[in-house]
Amino acid sequence: MQKELINLIDISKSFTKEKVLDELNLNIHENEFLTLLGPSGCGKTTTLRILGGFITPDSGRVMFDGQDITNLPPNLRQLNTVFQKYALFPHMNIADNIAFGLKIKNKSKSYIQDKIQYALKLVNLDGYEKRMPDSLSGGQQQRIAIARAIVNEPRVLLLDEPLGALDLKLRQDMQYELIRLKNELGITFVYVTHDQEEALTMSDTIVVMNQGYIQQIGTPENIYNEPENAFVADFIGDSNIIDGIMLEDRLVAILGAKFACVDTGFGQHTPVDVVIRPEDVELVSPGEGTLPGIVTHLIFKGVHYEMEVMAGGFEWLVHSTSMFAVGTQVDIRVDPFNIQIMNKPESEDEEAVSLEES
Amino acid sequence: MIRTTVKKIYMALIFIFLYAPIGTLIVLSFNASRTRAKWGGFTLKWYTALLENREIMQALWNTLLIALLSSLTAVVIGTVACIAIQGMSRQKRAIFMGITNIPMLNADIVTGISLMLLFISLGLKFGLGTILLAHITFNIPYVILSVMPRIKQLNPSIYEAALDLGATPLRAFFQVVLPDLLPGILSGFLMAFTMSLDDFIITHFTKGAGVDTLSTKIYTEVKKGIKPEMYALSTLIFVTVLILLMLVNRTPEEKRIPDK
Amino acid sequence: MKNHKLSRQMMAAPYTAWIILFIVVPLGMVFYYGLTDKTGAFTLENVLDIMSAEHAKALWYALGLSLISTLICFLLAYPLAMILADREGNAKLNRHSLILLIFILPMWMNFLLRTLAWQTLLEKTGVINRILEFFHLPSLQIINTPYAIILGMVYNFLPFMVLPIYNALVKIDPNVISAAQDLGANRLQTFLRITFPLSLGGVISGITMVFIPALTTFVISKLLGGSKILLIGNVIEEEFTLASNWHLGSGLSIVLMLFIILNMVVSAIFDKEGEGNML
Repeated sequence: MQKELINLIDISKSFTKEKVLDELNLNIHENEFLTLLGPSGCGKTTTLRILGGFITPDSGRVMFDGQDITNLPPNLRQLNTVFQKYALFPHMNIADNIAFGLKIKNKSKSYIQDKIQYALKLVNLDGYEKRMPDSLSGGQQQRIAIARAIVNEPRVLLLDEPLGALDLKLRQDMQYELIRLKNELGITFVYVTHDQEEALTMSDTIVVMNQGYIQQIGTPENIYNEPENAFVADFIGDSNIIDGIMLEDRLVAILGAKFACVDTGFGQHTPVDVVIRPEDVELVSPGEGTLPGIVTHLIFKGVHYEMEVMAGGFEWLVHSTSMFAVGTQVDIRVDPFNIQIMNKPESEDEEAVSLEES
Repeated sequence: MIRTTVKKIYMALIFIFLYAPIGTLIVLSFNASRTRAKWGGFTLKWYTALLENREIMQALWNTLLIALLSSLTAVVIGTVACIAIQGMSRQKRAIFMGITNIPMLNADIVTGISLMLLFISLGLKFGLGTILLAHITFNIPYVILSVMPRIKQLNPSIYEAALDLGATPLRAFFQVVLPDLLPGILSGFLMAFTMSLDDFIITHFTKGAGVDTLSTKIYTEVKKGIKPEMYALSTLIFVTVLILLMLVNRTPEEKRIPDK
Repeated sequence: MKNHKLSRQMMAAPYTAWIILFIVVPLGMVFYYGLTDKTGAFTLENVLDIMSAEHAKALWYALGLSLISTLICFLLAYPLAMILADREGNAKLNRHSLILLIFILPMWMNFLLRTLAWQTLLEKTGVINRILEFFHLPSLQIINTPYAIILGMVYNFLPFMVLPIYNALVKIDPNVISAAQDLGANRLQTFLRITFPLSLGGVISGITMVFIPALTTFVISKLLGGSKILLIGNVIEEEFTLASNWHLGSGLSIVLMLFIILNMVVSAIFDKEGEGNML
């Protein structure tokens, strides 16, 4: 990993008595694509606005390259933001929008002209200088918003759900575009989204947040394959989350059947949450698997079939490339490596556990 | 901290500027002296005298009657006009809206004399009727202005859905469309009522001799000196409206969700 | 479908009749009277009479006082509108009730009485002078002077300036302001380059809504200016009520309308979007 560029230390923030962030700690590295992922109200946008300087935290510090910038106003920070609904200046044409930050910094005319050309080329919109913002499509406005931010050569680009207002196809195109931009610019991206697919596609690091707490920090593979708690497992992709009892190391009882797994150190006869991804559930002929069941629903999804299997009193979600008709008797089998064991939260409050980055 | 203090002081100064005359009038209504130049001690006699002053009570009655009738009529004509205008072609709509806006953009004095010339040439007898016609005319734009945005927002499918479910056009309008327009109609009515109540200039040119609203009554009294009963009446109206506004405002305030 | 259209046309009928009878025809009559003499022959004399020393002076006075009042209204109203439109600062104050308090409530106290009350406040021995006296400050002698008329105009028309500016300001997307700060603009730069240009439409509506009634008033000058100062509004009013020279009164009204149209043209040039920020 590159060196740390931003440190958020013990950040807390409340709005009208409601606690939005509670002692949040987060380190962001140079040249990292970091995504804050979580449902609405989880505190991800607040975290971003604290980084941008639009909100001052109630307590805690924001360090940028070793300097405390907690109380520095946004106009003096070396980071730029791409806002949710573009926030282009409606009374200025595209060139003036992009030039805004440079004019404030009193850059020379020729420098500004070059930068505008460069930025428009970068976002594939050359020739749009004289257009007004409201004559552009949503996707084009979004590109201009990005161009407007990056001409200032920020060390960090903050993106607040930048693709939220675009339709699906455009959103997917823009994801590739953003990855390309990030690689060309070689700067840090801090990206806020509630869309897990976006997060998994683009990020180097994903920070899953809920109710003002960080739930898990890790690479996309890490977050997807080894969720640390039921919230993360449920929020990232589909999964079967089942009550289980850890009988001993490497053996867990689920719904009355014993499954081999690879986890150790949970003790004996400990209640746990068991997470199994739907694509990891194998359906086999009766007698060949661990738990007998019957197929209750079947939908063709293109890449795979999505099925629901009633087994052991639990409705299992199964993704498989082979089809089993509704009513078929099957057995469920799971590879030990694909069973993820998690401690049960001890109380309601702990469902949102605060995790320090180790 | 300093910024908010400066803001509060500024707001307070504007508030004093706007309410100093109102405060003065309220004080004068309790002044025992007949002239407004000096304070003659506290009295309530103008309030009792008010009830016996038939001229003022008649003017009050005329004012309220005209405000109510003119704003109600304006609401009916204006709302129907909105629906009709919405269905017009772009060009026709522009012409209609242009003409509708004339009484609001034009100077009141010109509107007043133009109506006066009309009423004279039509041979109408100047009195409550002519005042009423004039007030309806300048009230309609206020109604259209508040109803039009709601008509534009109206989803045309709901009217069609009502027809589809078997309602007659009239029933569909009254049960489905009208309730949606109601907030706009109500604010248009209130605005029209207030404008009518506060109008002097147009009434001045369209009233007949011997028929007065409160405004024209006050105007004729200016030279002779305003009767203190008038201050008492104004105070009563003002306090009533203040209490009403506070009652109306109390309710939604509690339900309000703080932004963010 | 045809039936539908027909009923729409029927709905338009009463309103069409109304605006023709009560807006178009009366205005036509003002033009007819203004452009004819007592025999009914065409003449420009009534309109050109604005050039006469007495009328030119009244127009000149009215233009001067209303422009000054408009400027003062703008200077007072803009900060007030900004305070009212400030989302963060007003979390506790209920903006809706503040606006009602400032704009609507005073209208329920008769406008003539409110203006008259300034006499009581401004008189030689009036409330303001007693307060000044108490603090040993020089007394204020402005009643029956143009200053009192300006004060009356500002007092009466200030709300019409605040409201459109406020409406324009609250429409500005707060993220646009954040974006300007994010790109390095300080408070002053953000105001000059973003906030003010985006509120220009409201400012222009406000100017129209103050300037026109101030230019054409005859009441404020009569109540606060003594009988010495005649504005163009007073001249027209007297032509209709005292002199009964409708032709001259209408002719001068046409001159007034020229100024109104001029104002609208200038507004249209500045405010290309032409959005109604009036209410």
